[in-house]
Amino acid sequence: MSKKNEKIIIPLIAVGLGILVGMIILLLSGKDIATLFAGLVKGLTGYDMLKAGSAVNLRYPGEFLVSTMPIILTGLSISFAYRTGMFNIGCEGQVIMGSLVSCMVAILVPMPNFIAVVVCIIVGGIAGALWAFIPGLLKSKFNISEVVTGIMLNYTALYGANYFLRALPGSSAQRTVNIPENAMLGSELFKQITNNSRFHWGFIIVIIAVVLFWFIIEKTSFGYSLRATGFNKEGARYAGIKVNKSIILSIMISGFLAGIAGAIVVQGTFGYGRVMVAMDNYGFDGIAVALVGGCTALGVTFAGMLFGLLKVTQPLLQTFGVPKEIGEIISSSIVFFVALQYAIQYYLLKFTSGKKKKKQELQPQGGDVK
Amino acid sequence: MDYAIEMLNITKDFPGIRANDNVTLKVERGTIHALLGENGAGKSTLMSILFGLYEPTEGIIKVNGKEVKITNPNVANDLGIGMVHQHFKLVHNFTVTENIILGSEPKTKFGTVDTKTTAKRIDELSKKYGFDIDPSQKIEDITVGMQQRVEILKMLYRNADILIFDEPTAVLTPQEIDELIAIMKSLAAEGKTIILITHKLKEIKAVADKCTVLRRGKFIAEVEVSKTSEKEMAELMVGREVDFKIHKPEIQLGNKVLEIKDLCVKNTRGTRAVENFSLSVRSGEIVGIAGIDGNGQKELVEAITGLCPITSGTLILNGKDVSGFSIKKRIDSGIGHVPEDRHKHGLILDFKLKENFIIHGYNTEQFSKNGILNFTKIDQYADKLINEFDVRSGQGKETITRSMSGGNQQKAIIAREIDRSPDLLIVVQPTRGLDVGAIEYIHSRIVNERNAGKAVLLVSFELDEILGLSDRIAVMYNGGITGIVNDKETDEKQLGLMMAGSKIEGVSDHE
Repeated sequence: MSKKNEKIIIPLIAVGLGILVGMIILLLSGKDIATLFAGLVKGLTGYDMLKAGSAVNLRYPGEFLVSTMPIILTGLSISFAYRTGMFNIGCEGQVIMGSLVSCMVAILVPMPNFIAVVVCIIVGGIAGALWAFIPGLLKSKFNISEVVTGIMLNYTALYGANYFLRALPGSSAQRTVNIPENAMLGSELFKQITNNSRFHWGFIIVIIAVVLFWFIIEKTSFGYSLRATGFNKEGARYAGIKVNKSIILSIMISGFLAGIAGAIVVQGTFGYGRVMVAMDNYGFDGIAVALVGGCTALGVTFAGMLFGLLKVTQPLLQTFGVPKEIGEIISSSIVFFVALQYAIQYYLLKFTSGKKKKKQELQPQGGDVK
Repeated sequence: MDYAIEMLNITKDFPGIRANDNVTLKVERGTIHALLGENGAGKSTLMSILFGLYEPTEGIIKVNGKEVKITNPNVANDLGIGMVHQHFKLVHNFTVTENIILGSEPKTKFGTVDTKTTAKRIDELSKKYGFDIDPSQKIEDITVGMQQRVEILKMLYRNADILIFDEPTAVLTPQEIDELIAIMKSLAAEGKTIILITHKLKEIKAVADKCTVLRRGKFIAEVEVSKTSEKEMAELMVGREVDFKIHKPEIQLGNKVLEIKDLCVKNTRGTRAVENFSLSVRSGEIVGIAGIDGNGQKELVEAITGLCPITSGTLILNGKDVSGFSIKKRIDSGIGHVPEDRHKHGLILDFKLKENFIIHGYNTEQFSKNGILNFTKIDQYADKLINEFDVRSGQGKETITRSMSGGNQQKAIIAREIDRSPDLLIVVQPTRGLDVGAIEYIHSRIVNERNAGKAVLLVSFELDEILGLSDRIAVMYNGGITGIVNDKETDEKQLGLMMAGSKIEGVSDHE
């Protein structure tokens, strides 16, 4: 089997196995398996299989897309750093900083229409990039693991952001005031089409990010130098590539993507800044998405949609009488099986070569082989 | 005939390549049988099949006359087949004993690992075959030659009767090679059967009884070594006439391209590796640096190319002081470098072959415009290098470099560096692991660079190579130079003495 096929088939098998695990658990707990699929179909299309003939409710696909947008972006963020050989676990903190700065600028700086939306997203991205600069600098200058600094900065971001959000004019203990309408990504048109879902213009940003990611990594000389660094740091150094610069730039771009994800959550999904008790896990979901998507643009897009679907399906399942945790079990099983890719590869190989053998019967039998 | 191994009509297909095509190998018990072939001729594949790493597409294997199916290395071990790999598989902070028993640790009656009795047995084995090994030493404290003996002991300890040696001399010094040859002979005398994978004809002549030659995956001949000459074997292997001599026309020396003045370099542990080293290389000459591995050659080369910082001294390239230049700037100023460690430095193994070719020039006009890679040009360039330097691989320029054979990886690096035609070409161990045909070609390309008026600095641990290529030879010992001699006025013996540290008044360094 070629490497390329393997890259597609293994995640698909992992997804299948993950859903299988979910089904087995449903069976064991005496629930109807059909509800799981009904939930997934409803989350994806808005059609309720269990009520034949009922109308399609576009609110569901709308919400489905809303939940995929930030995790595709964080998936891209993790992937970008990973292609340069870094594990940007600080993605979560960069999302939080993106949210914070986008929200602060939206509330504090009056801006004309159209410009406001764009400016808020960009400053969100820049905030994420600057937050990522810290682990990048520490890594390149002192070889300190970006994982350790990233995790610490996640908490710094969480509690630091909460302080600033509460300090904004008009904030309550839980949230800020609504950001001005002209900084919002939502649109009346989408609301009408999708039966009042929160679907917003952020999808255009996501598409741009996916295309740019692919283009930079695969087609530019900059992406080439990043990939070289990611595969073999010493080899890249030998070739004259400035490895430290690559590391800092790559994690900052990763942080920029995370920051945009944070900005979209404020400007699109909620419309205000939230004082958070715990992290949203957009960054951590991004790790799973990147892993399942194989760190490629297209893979991350599909993986992001899958995880987004599992997320929006959870409350739906609850209405069908299935505990919402089933969604989490499935998504974590998928991650588990993707992490087991070598085992899957091994059995795939055994399976395919076994088939060949049966066809050809070339192997002479004999000898006292155990 | 009493055959220990019979591999009959073996064929092995990989995607895009037939690695073995109807190959037959018969090895008599108690003999040393060489398996000779160029890189990519299918030697390693054939042995991997015998060792259970691959299953053959077609063909029969018999061990001691009995037909067997070797599905994995454990089966091979049970059949008494042991393999001494080219890259040792040892745990460095374990002792010799611990490494040997790893995987099948004997237990005392209290359930702890019984190192005492095994150490005794290892000592006995070591004495029997003249290995001279202390079982209580740690791997990291013993030489490469000794580590190889541990690998051999590991096989003997597991009662292997058939030993496969995969290019065993590639990592050894000349003295260690002599010792290994003695060991192999004593093993054969004790009734062990040995298969030696190699492309070094000298060694086959010295040690083997019979020799099977492969070329491009096909069986070519089985010859009686004592009745064949090196030249004949070389021609069987390559398939054409081979010229061992290197032809170097007299040419006019030009300016000093590289001038090293009082260079001092510290190694990674912080001790002095290069001390007050001065040398110059002119355009139109090849200066060879001879010496035993570990006498500062690595640090010297890395200091010139910028990979490691210099403590003091100056480097002058074409009249310009480049001591403070970045790696990139040095490359752009005209340094080409074929590094010693092709996996660590020379290649990005997970890149495609074509991507490795552009590693220096990826952001120049040649391969990109406004930061966007031009894949048409990259593909054309890759095809050109692959054709010109005969780099063989499964899927051509699209092959992931990691999956290529070592010799072809090395050819790829040489192709890339020589094609840039830098003013100063630094080549370290350029032909390590390469076969006769490839060595011949690469040597001629290096000489061509010299003839074209480039300066070449050659670092090699193989005296034949140093003597054959160099115009002048500087011998390095303990970070300094024990002497600089003219190629024509020296011989192996004199160089050997200098490599051991005795100073000799040779030619001066142009002054």
